Amino acid sequence: MKIEIREQPFDPYREIARYQHETLPAGQYGATASFVGTMRDYNDGQPVHGMTLEYYPGMTEKNIDQICVQASTRWSLIDYLVIHRAGQISINDAIVVIAVWAAHRGDALDACKFILEDLKSKAPFWKKEIRDEGEAWVEGNTSGYAKSEE
Amino acid sequence: MSITIKYFAVLRERFGRAGDSVPFEPGMTVLDVWKRALPDQGLPENLMMAVNMEYTRKDAKVQDGDEVAFFPAVTGG
Repeated sequence: MKIEIREQPFDPYREIARYQHETLPAGQYGATASFVGTMRDYNDGQPVHGMTLEYYPGMTEKNIDQICVQASTRWSLIDYLVIHRAGQISINDAIVVIAVWAAHRGDALDACKFILEDLKSKAPFWKKEIRDEGEAWVEGNTSGYAKSEE
Repeated sequence: MSITIKYFAVLRERFGRAGDSVPFEPGMTVLDVWKRALPDQGLPENLMMAVNMEYTRKDAKVQDGDEVAFFPAVTGG
């Protein structure tokens, strides 16, 4: 189990591969579910040029850990990895990577989505975007579906 | 005998500081801590709050030495 807040850019796919290679017991996992959140260059139909991600050191890690422990009680998981960026974020940077390993796909997929959605609504992070007119705090998360934004 | 307060994101910018310290009083709630630190500021809508890094409500009691944090809705992920 690994949870980390990182100030520097990272390659999410390399992190998943490295963690799996170094930590996971060969032959035990049959399903790996992952989510990668990436910095877009627009939001709410407006151009975005980058952002700052603020967090609450100590509480943020603790909160994500609680979410993952809760996921482990609801689904049968072998391991998980969560890395979340903080600090100055550039367009196309990975913001978050979540990977969940389980014996079976249902556990891995459901737990991965649960961790993501709980993290988005509970983990103390705050995005401040750089827009054409200056910097502005993001006031809420999107629904997660493009259709509902229309 | 004091309570440490932390402000994050738009609150930190609005108040021009990352935190405060107020004297502890027996029976004090999270809302009392806010009022003591920011007597001229009403409690914003959708404010989130935590005591010792655990989410809580405004009517929760605090203890001497607690860390109380106030912040807006979270937007990570």
